[in-house]
This record gives sequence, C-alpha cells and structure tokens, in this order.
Amino acid sequence: MNDIQDFGGHTEWGPPHHGAGAPHASYRKDLHTYLWGLALALILTAVPFALVYWHAMTVSALWIAIGIFALIQAVVHFLCFLHVNPPYEHLDETLLVLFTVLIVIIMAGGTVWILGNLHARMY
Amino acid sequence: MSGNIFDNPGFSLRATHHHVNREDEVNFGFWVFLMSDAIIFGLIFATYATMIGATAGGPGPKKLFDIGSVAIQTGALLLSSFAYGMASLALRYGSSRRAIIAWLVVTLLLGFVFLGFEVKDFLTMFALGGGPDRSGFTSAFFGLVPLHGLHVTSGCIWMLALIVQMLRYGIDEDVKLGLQRLALFWHFLDIIWIAIFTLVYLAGLA
Repeated sequence: MNDIQDFGGHTEWGPPHHGAGAPHASYRKDLHTYLWGLALALILTAVPFALVYWHAMTVSALWIAIGIFALIQAVVHFLCFLHVNPPYEHLDETLLVLFTVLIVIIMAGGTVWILGNLHARMY
Repeated sequence: MSGNIFDNPGFSLRATHHHVNREDEVNFGFWVFLMSDAIIFGLIFATYATMIGATAGGPGPKKLFDIGSVAIQTGALLLSSFAYGMASLALRYGSSRRAIIAWLVVTLLLGFVFLGFEVKDFLTMFALGGGPDRSGFTSAFFGLVPLHGLHVTSGCIWMLALIVQMLRYGIDEDVKLGLQRLALFWHFLDIIWIAIFTLVYLAGLA
C-alpha cells in the first residue's frame, strides 16, 4: 500500500507540471496508480466470489468476510480511481466523502437497526 | 510533493486560498451531487436489507441469482472503470483526440456488456416468477439494482454525447470539464456496484 500512498499529490486534474522531463515521470506514476487499482480490485473481487461460490465458510463468517473485502475495495477505488488521497490534498472532497459516510451510517444503519428490532418483537 | 497546492492556488476550497477557478468549482459541485446520490443509494440499500427475508412464499435469492452472470457484470464494470482511467490519462497528458475517443469507446462497449447481462438477469428473474410484484423482497431488489442500471445507462448516454461533442468541437474547455465529471460519475457507479454485488448477490447466495 506504500506505493499507492507515494503517488499522492501527483494525481490531480489539469495539465501536468512541466519540469525538466517531469511530465513523463508523472505520467508513469499516474498510470501505475490505475494499474495498482485494477490489480487490487480484481483480487478483492475474485476472492469473495470464490469464497461464496465454493461455500468456503459458514454463512455468517462469509457475510463478515465479503463485507470486509467490499470495504477495502471501496477504499482502493476512492484512492486509485477517484484520487481522493488524504492527507496530501483534496481536503474538501475527503471531508465531503467522510461526512456522507457518517450520514449513511446514521440513517441506513438506524433504519436496519430499528426495523430489525421491530421485526424481532413481532415473533 | 510539497508545492503542489501552491502551484494550483484555489485547488482546495479552503478559506486560506482565495482564488477559485472554474474547474475546481464545477468538479466540487459534482462531488456534492455524487455524495447526495450516495445517500439515496444508502437508504435504498437499507430498505433492501429490511426486505431480504420478505419473500412471501415466492422465490428467494438462491433461486433467482446467477453468480456467473454477476461475476461477468462485475468484471465488465471494473475493466470499464480502468478504461475510463486510461481516457482520463490521455486527456490529462494531451494525447490525440483519437486516443481519448478510442478509450471512451472501450469504456462504452464494456458498459453495454454490463447492461446486457444485467437485463438478461432481470428477464430470467421475471421468467422464474420473481418480478417486482411478487414480494417485498423482489420489490426492494427491483427498486435498488435497476436504479444503478439506470445510472449506468445515463452515463453511457452522457459518454456518447461527449464523444459527439469532441468530434464536433475538439477538446475545448467544456469537453474537458465534461470528461472530468463523467470520470467521477463512472468511478462512483463502480463503487456503488461493489456494494450491490456484495450486499445483494454474494450475501444472498452465501
């Protein structure tokens, strides 16, 4: 993961900085970010599909495992494809994303919690 | 590393940077839209989660879902995200218009593969008696997954429009900003799909 962190600060939109020979190096770094993203995403997708396909664990263990893989993959996508790259830059986007995560946890988590509780009380 | 922020004053919208250029402004605005869309998806996911067991005697996930087809859709969408990334790189490093359009066409074709297999899955579900009117579970499913499919469809239409714009006007400021925002949209839809294939398909088939 260190490799990805090192790319921070070079993935912003707009024309690259034209130092001596810099555009080429910066191009390679950006390309590597996408390639890393693709490779990690492929692995993080293939493993949960394989686990479920071969029923490698008990159902509850599978749920936890695929949930963890999904969270890691979402983070990889944010870092490598959407270039939200804390703590280097894009502070506004990062805060916006984190605030959205908070809102979703409160509202979606609360919905599941309350309705699950209600469901349990009906039997 | 250091110095990038100062090379682009206004890159961040923090109060310490007074100058804000149009590119940052519209991209940040689009981020706000995406995150509001993420909240809508989050709540529809919550609705789906409360409806998972509500099959009312009808077919459930194990009868309706086909893991092979979902794997193909997942692969197609992930590769399309990567192909769009290559289009973004081509745009950023001043490659020819042809290179950008070629990557966009690859993205678009992979998007069509995704949509084709998704529609095929929906038709299979209808044939198995799992249409949206069958149970609370199928209603919630057809409220959530086709909503993402509609997003992908609108992304494809947007991409076609941008390709036409590029052919007609070249790579001007508007096309560039459009391509940047569509990139955010397309990568965002791939993240929503991670949640769908995990929470809906894999969790249902586990």
